Amino acid sequence: MTPELRIEGISRRFGERLALDEVSFTVPAGRLTGFIGGNGAGKTTTMRIVLGVLAAHGGRVRWQGADIDALARRRFGYMPEERGLYPKMGVADQLVYLARLHGLDPARARRNVADLLERLGLAARAKEPLEKLSLGNQQRAQLAAALAHDPVALVLDEPFSGLDPGAVDDVAGVLRERAATGVPVLFSSHQLDLVERLCDQLVIIAGGQIRASGDREQLRRAHAADQHLIVVDEDAGWLRELPGVRLVSLDGPRAVVVLSDPSATQKLLRAALDRGPVHQFTPVIPTLTEIFRKVSQ
Amino acid sequence: MNTFQATRLVAAREIRVRLLDRAYLISTAVYLLMVAGLTILPGLVGGPSSVAVVSAEAAPPLRAAGADVRVVGSASEAEKLVRSGDVDAAVVDGRVLAMNEAPTDVVTALSSSPPINLLAPDAVDPGLAFLAPFAIAMLFYMTALGFGMQIAMSVTEEKQTRVVEILVASVPVRALLSGKIIGTGILALAQITLVVAVALVGLSMTDVGVEVWPLIGPALDWFIPFFLFGFAALAALWAAAGALVARVEDVGAASMPLQMIVLAPLVAVLTMRDNAVAMTVLSYFPLSSPTVMPARLFAGDVAAWEPVLSLALLAATAAGFLLAGARVYRGGLLRNGGRVRLAAAWGSSGD
Repeated sequence: MTPELRIEGISRRFGERLALDEVSFTVPAGRLTGFIGGNGAGKTTTMRIVLGVLAAHGGRVRWQGADIDALARRRFGYMPEERGLYPKMGVADQLVYLARLHGLDPARARRNVADLLERLGLAARAKEPLEKLSLGNQQRAQLAAALAHDPVALVLDEPFSGLDPGAVDDVAGVLRERAATGVPVLFSSHQLDLVERLCDQLVIIAGGQIRASGDREQLRRAHAADQHLIVVDEDAGWLRELPGVRLVSLDGPRAVVVLSDPSATQKLLRAALDRGPVHQFTPVIPTLTEIFRKVSQ
Repeated sequence: MNTFQATRLVAAREIRVRLLDRAYLISTAVYLLMVAGLTILPGLVGGPSSVAVVSAEAAPPLRAAGADVRVVGSASEAEKLVRSGDVDAAVVDGRVLAMNEAPTDVVTALSSSPPINLLAPDAVDPGLAFLAPFAIAMLFYMTALGFGMQIAMSVTEEKQTRVVEILVASVPVRALLSGKIIGTGILALAQITLVVAVALVGLSMTDVGVEVWPLIGPALDWFIPFFLFGFAALAALWAAAGALVARVEDVGAASMPLQMIVLAPLVAVLTMRDNAVAMTVLSYFPLSSPTVMPARLFAGDVAAWEPVLSLALLAATAAGFLLAGARVYRGGLLRNGGRVRLAAAWGSSGD
C-alpha cells in the first residue's frame, strides 16, 4: 500500500460558522504538498483534524487506504501552528522525550535527536534550555520535534514562518530529503513564492472550501486560460480585427490575447508573420499568486 | 507503545524535570531544615537553670532538679551575678532573686508539693496532643497544596506553550493525565517521607521523642495510605483546574476552590480539636478524613475498624473524582483562548 494521506469530505463547524466544508484532497507519498490559503481559510483546522487533535463533524481521514487511527497518527510528524515545546527543558532532553512518546526506544531516540540537531546546526545548544535559544533556533528545534521519530508522514503548519533565509533553506532541504524517502509531506504557508519554488503539489483553500488541488504544473497550465503573449516589431493593435482572438491587454508591440479555440494559435502566428518578424509567442503560464487570487475570490 | 508505557514516560518526565529544577530543590531543602529546626529546637532551648546560692545547704534540692548551682560568698555577690546575667536566679536568705521572670523550676525545686495520683492519665502530654494533630494537618496541607498546584501548573504550562498539541497527537489523553498524577504523587510521597524521617530523627534527639515514639507508629502507618488516597482524590481535579485556564498566571484563581478544600481540614483541626463529635464526623468525611483520621489515631481513641471504613469511603470518592477530573481535563485541554467554562469543558469531551 502506498503511504498516501487522503482527506475525504471533512467538515467542521465552530458554533454557527462552517469552518470546513467537505474538504477533500490527497497528499501523495514522496512529494511536497503546499497548503495555501488566507488567514481563517481552514488550513490549521484541517491539519488539526488530520492529527486527531480536533474532531471532524463529517468526512474522514484515510491513511494507506484505511481510516486513520491513533496508532498511525502516533507515527506522524506534526508541527502545530502555535509553536510549543517546554521552555525550561533542555533541547535534546525534550526532543528525546517526544520521540519516545512517539514510540521510539531510548537508544534510537537519542541517536535520531543527535543527528537532527547536527543537521539543523543546533548540536552546540543541545543541553541548553529551549528558552535560551533564539527564535529562529527554537523554530528549528520545533522542526526537529516533528522529525525525531522517523515519521511516516509530515504535517507542518507554517514551518517557514519566522525563519531567516538561511534557515528557510535548511528547513526546505530537510523536508525535501524526507519527501525523497517516500514520506508524504503536507505544509501550509502564506509565502506563495516559497511554495511555488518548493512544492510539487498544491492545495488551495478559501472560506473552508478547497478551490484547487493537484500537481503544481498541471494546475498552472489548467489556469493558463488559453492566454498567449505575442511580441511583434510594431504596434500590435491590428490583433483586434482578427477573428477568434480577444485582446486582453496591449502595450505597443506586446499583446496578451485569448484564443477562442486551439487551432486559432497557428492562424494567429501565421497572420503575425505575414506582417513582419515575431519576437515572442508563448502561452502565458500564471504564477501561483495569480492562480491563488483567481481561485480564492 | 501502549498507554502504560506512555504513562510511565510522562511520569518519569514530571519527576525528572522537578529533580533538575534548582529552585525546587532549594525550597525543599529549606523546608526540611525548618522541620528539623522545629523538632529539635524546642528541646534545646531552656536547658538547666543556673542558680547562685549563698549557703551551701540550699544547693542539694536545686542540683537534684538539674540546676547548675554556684555557691558564692555574699548576698551582694549573688545579686550582682543575677544582674549581670551570669546566673538565671539566686537564693538569698530563703528568698529567690531573678530579673524579670519568676524562675518556676527553681521555685518548684525549693517547695514541697503533695504526690499526685492521676486516675485517668492522658496517653499523651496535652501540649503534644495539641501539636501532633496540628503537625499532621499542616504536613498534609502543605504537601497537598504544593503538589496539587504543581499538577495544575504543569497542565497549564503545557497548554500555554501549546506543547500539548504535540502530546495529544502522540499519546492518549488518559496517559498524559495519569502520568502527571503518578509522577507528581511519587514526588509528594517522597517529600512527605523525607519530612517525616527528618522529624522523627529530630524528635529522637529530644526527650519528647522517647515519649511519643510508641504513638507515632500506628498514626504513621495510616497516614501514608490516607495521604495517597487523599492526594489521588484531588489530583485529577487540580489537573482539571489547570486545563481550564490558558495562562500560568490564572492557575491561582482557577484552583481557588481546591485551595479552600485542602485548607478546610487544617482549620477544622485547629478550631474543633476538642469537639469529639465533630472530629469523628470529619474523620469519615472524604475531604477531611486524610487529615483528621490520622490525628484521631494519634490521640489513640479509635477502634480498629474505623480507619478501614474511612479509607474505603475515601477510596470510593477518589475514584469518582478521578473520573470527573479526567473528563474536565480532556474537555479543557485543547480549548484555546482564555478561560474555559467548567460546563463547556464537561460537555465537550467528545470534541
